[in-house]
Amino acid sequence: MTAASPRTVVTGLGITAPNGLGTRDYWAATRVGKSGIGRVTRFDPSRYPSRLAGEVPGFVAEDHLPSRLITQTDHMTRLALVAADWALEDAGIRPEELPEYDMGVVTASSSGGFEFGQRELQKLWSQGSQFVSAYQSFAWFYAVNSGQISIRNGMKGPSGVLVSDQAGGLDALAHARRQIRRGTRLIVSGGIDASICPWGWVAQQAGKRLSTSDNPERAFLPFDPAACGHVPGEGGAILVLEDAEAAARRGARVYGEIAGYGATFDPRPGSGREPGLRRAVEAALANAGARPDDIDVVFADAAAVPELDRVEADAITGVFGPYGVPVTAPKTMTGRLYSGAAPLDVATALLAIDDELIPPTVNTDPAPAYSIDLVTGQARPAKVRTALVLARGHAGFNSAVVVRAPKTP
Amino acid sequence: MATERFTLEELKRILREGAGTDENVDLDGDILDTDFEELGYESLALLETCGRIEREYDISLDDSAVSDARTPRALVDLVNGHLAPAAA
Repeated sequence: MTAASPRTVVTGLGITAPNGLGTRDYWAATRVGKSGIGRVTRFDPSRYPSRLAGEVPGFVAEDHLPSRLITQTDHMTRLALVAADWALEDAGIRPEELPEYDMGVVTASSSGGFEFGQRELQKLWSQGSQFVSAYQSFAWFYAVNSGQISIRNGMKGPSGVLVSDQAGGLDALAHARRQIRRGTRLIVSGGIDASICPWGWVAQQAGKRLSTSDNPERAFLPFDPAACGHVPGEGGAILVLEDAEAAARRGARVYGEIAGYGATFDPRPGSGREPGLRRAVEAALANAGARPDDIDVVFADAAAVPELDRVEADAITGVFGPYGVPVTAPKTMTGRLYSGAAPLDVATALLAIDDELIPPTVNTDPAPAYSIDLVTGQARPAKVRTALVLARGHAGFNSAVVVRAPKTP
Repeated sequence: MATERFTLEELKRILREGAGTDENVDLDGDILDTDFEELGYESLALLETCGRIEREYDISLDDSAVSDARTPRALVDLVNGHLAPAAA
């Protein structure tokens, strides 16, 4: 390898997921196939077509954040701020000790702060504009997680937000890597979404991809003949990305490298051209300098909509051959987390590398016609050195990231 | 409306409800002449605070007068200036 292209490594993880609050809880649940999907508790879902969700358990914002931040943040931003705190702590980074322009924040978002926005709209229509919070000016906004993480930690380097539905979680990590290659030492990246409130719920129904099952074990079944849409969830992961040399100089523990990335857009519906996912995979492998047989596991997007499962299975078998690589979808334990899903999958891939264990896809019994080696039932021991993470966004976004184990000293 | 005075205690209540308090700030300390910035309240927090005062006391505060009120004492005086005619 030449020194011309700085490598980007992950040195810290912060996780808030429906089956675990914090990295330790999340991995303890995920490795044994423990699901966090259940009936919505945040409001009464009985009048809605879909009633199951993955809600982050045991999160009390006041235990972690000052009231100054509570008053101006949506639930999603509170989760993101705490996940960022945990990721920085995990990385052993004290932001106040680094030059503020050497640190940036790039997150993904798919919906913004719906719950905050709903509350203020209710005030607008029932009490009048004078009752709308001044913080509505930004608390709902897509970029708010990046902004608040940046302000809280004094990070003034390159920052931004990527909005491409579930693919955005990988697009953000890729953009963070781009900024590190351009010379920024550290980027806090990833994504946290959370819009399990009536307004957010209605918006999600409109996408027509939600499962309407009331049985948590039969509701979200990607690659299963009974696939009937997905269960939505909240949460995600925030990662600390660093220039590999800077991380090495400070003796940081390295989880792994963001080694490759590819993104494509699907052709116009009805054009008859091949969907873009396979090209995204090939681009990510090429970008990582990896061959298909280097990949030890694929973390699937796992839409659980039959047509989309077909496209994904075809992309995987097209690149790796039938049953050519283990495939898993731990998101069957969390629901789809939108922009939080892929960063959580990347974090999970790094934990799988560390623990030499591929976590399972739960509940699903894959249809033979897909010809994929889905890891079902329980976790599979495996020496994972390189993983591929896939994510697709509504309306045609396809992204793929290759994650590689840290170089052994 | 009966005679009503706006007090520091009322301001602190509204600050806490509308904007919260920073980790390193003690609103119950001697804050009357401390700059709002030092107390952790930037312009948006003061906008929210003044909006709440206007609603509760049914008054209208001038934007530039509000931004000139840099301390709790100045803001309390400003609000009382609007309440004074009713009390006279």
